[in-house]
Amino acid sequence: MATRTGSNPKDLAFEKASAVFAFAVLALTVLLFAVLLRESMPALRKFGVRFLVSGTWDPVADQYGALPFIYGTLLSSFLAILIAVPLSVGAAIFINEFAPQWLKKPVSFLAELLAAIPSVIYGLWGIFVLVPILRDYLMKPVAKYLGWIPLFKGPVYGPSVLAAGWLLSIMIVPFILSVSREVMATVPQRQKEAVLSLGGTRWEMIRIVIGQHCIPGIFGATVLGLGRALGETMAVTMVIGNRPEVFLSLFQQGYSMAAVIANEFAEAGGLQLSSLILIGLLLFLVTLVVNLAAKWILTKMVARASRGI
Amino acid sequence: MRRGFGVLAAIVLSFAATSPAAAADPLMVNGAGATFPYPLYSKWFFEYSNANPGVKFNYQSIGSGGGIKQITAGTVDFGATDAPMTEEEMKALKGPILHIPTAIGAVVLVYNLDKVEGGLKLTPDVLAGIYLGKITRWNDPKIAELNKNITMPNADIVVAHRSDGSGTTDIFTNYLAAVSIEWRAKVGRGKSVKWPVGLGGKGNEGVSGVVKQTPGAIGYVELAYARQNKMKIASLRNREGNYVVPTLEATSAAAAGVAKSMPDDFRVSLVDAPGGDAWPISGLTWLLVYKEQKDAAKGKALVQFLKWALLDGQKMEAALDYAALPKPVAEKVDKALRQITSGGKSLY
Repeated sequence: MATRTGSNPKDLAFEKASAVFAFAVLALTVLLFAVLLRESMPALRKFGVRFLVSGTWDPVADQYGALPFIYGTLLSSFLAILIAVPLSVGAAIFINEFAPQWLKKPVSFLAELLAAIPSVIYGLWGIFVLVPILRDYLMKPVAKYLGWIPLFKGPVYGPSVLAAGWLLSIMIVPFILSVSREVMATVPQRQKEAVLSLGGTRWEMIRIVIGQHCIPGIFGATVLGLGRALGETMAVTMVIGNRPEVFLSLFQQGYSMAAVIANEFAEAGGLQLSSLILIGLLLFLVTLVVNLAAKWILTKMVARASRGI
Repeated sequence: MRRGFGVLAAIVLSFAATSPAAAADPLMVNGAGATFPYPLYSKWFFEYSNANPGVKFNYQSIGSGGGIKQITAGTVDFGATDAPMTEEEMKALKGPILHIPTAIGAVVLVYNLDKVEGGLKLTPDVLAGIYLGKITRWNDPKIAELNKNITMPNADIVVAHRSDGSGTTDIFTNYLAAVSIEWRAKVGRGKSVKWPVGLGGKGNEGVSGVVKQTPGAIGYVELAYARQNKMKIASLRNREGNYVVPTLEATSAAAAGVAKSMPDDFRVSLVDAPGGDAWPISGLTWLLVYKEQKDAAKGKALVQFLKWALLDGQKMEAALDYAALPKPVAEKVDKALRQITSGGKSLY
């Protein structure tokens, strides 16, 4: 290394300084983990693995379990992805391939503007606009005719896992959309033209090109959105109903890991505080696992995609 | 690098050194705690500092639990809480502490029933039944019986409660535990509890949001919040058998009801208080001040402020929708201020 930077002391100083920054990021992550672990020790010692599978959250009796929160976080985030991915990919295809020039800029600008709205605003909008609409026009009719399906059972109040998933989907659309657009824009024009010149329709062109090129990128964009959905706090708290129970029905109230921390942290002490921090640690791990799994799948996909060409 | 650090340290040290030394700077008194009395305290601090330019207050409304943590750690000069400190919490303190009541809060029941203009009446039994999930319809005979002049709709009761830990929840669950054996056994009291039924909303605004947006909903919020948002408020039967509409007067009446039996440390619950006009879901909010003040100047300023708050400050409460302390209580609290000392000398 010394030979590369030569004897110039400025270069050397710069190299060292940038190395310090790089390690600082690493150290920060490790420290974060260490502090979470240390502070969650009392809860970890008391409940052990039971914490993961217990559905009880009772501050009065000092009994805590994380299952309803893990379940609510994963379910609402999964719902969000289910709604957001087709929406964003569809919008990306339209903007890139079909939209007239004058429409491209405003539509993509507005979509990206969604990312700049603070989440508490989403939450308020969720309470006052989205939840009543979902309740009256989606949940009530569905519960009436399909209420026998466990997924759509139960009294319809409005705030629910479904409402949280729906709100989250709107929040993550801009991320998935803009990354998907970038990915689609990297497809060489010549390949598209080649498909068309072979007599392919526009739909075939899009299908082939996206199938060949863009799936890994879109998957990456989805993971980005998922990461945001998993950690989203304020907006979810405001519409999920904050009920720490595990329900099959999407219309029931749920709870998320980030939401319970935001709700109870300020007034918690003792074992409750430690349990909340343990939930924080679990959220950290869930995000880590999801991201690592996604990285791994992505590598496989990229390898396959490049073999395919 | 080394030299840079030295300069930085010098700057920091010079800042640290100037503040106590320069007499011209206003004295800064720091506090932290409850959010419920925050608007009142802000008003007090503003008015008091205007009249006494030598003293400035800095108050962080981080919640009662946070206030107790900060005063325990000694990082603030006073704390504030809506729930009295427990014996366990007091053991962790650096010395004996005073609970100084400053105002009374009321927790009220708000509801959303389209066809009902107002005037809904509830009893402790019915309220506990609703929050226990045993009474689930608005036209349940137990509710209809109390409201013969209202046609109760055949609709689900949607129960709303606070999802965040809060003094409001503490007062409300304390009340339910006081009036219902079943609630005491199954749920208990606390800043957050395991709710048998219902939706959680974050903060007063979250609960009122749920209530406003959900037909058939009932929820509990602070009186000031319900009034300022013009929500429908239910009346409740108190222990004397009277149906009471929650007002500032009815809230003060709850404190007057316990004035005679007020303990010397003021750690008293006002729920289900005696008195014909008393609103039964009321509670004091306290400032937490160490009896022995390390810094005599700050201690003196704090005591002078508290004397003012108990006299002139009380007159500002109603305008901000807080219930003032009844006179006998305020006088008793004022006497207690004499116990605050520095180096053994009273600061009163």
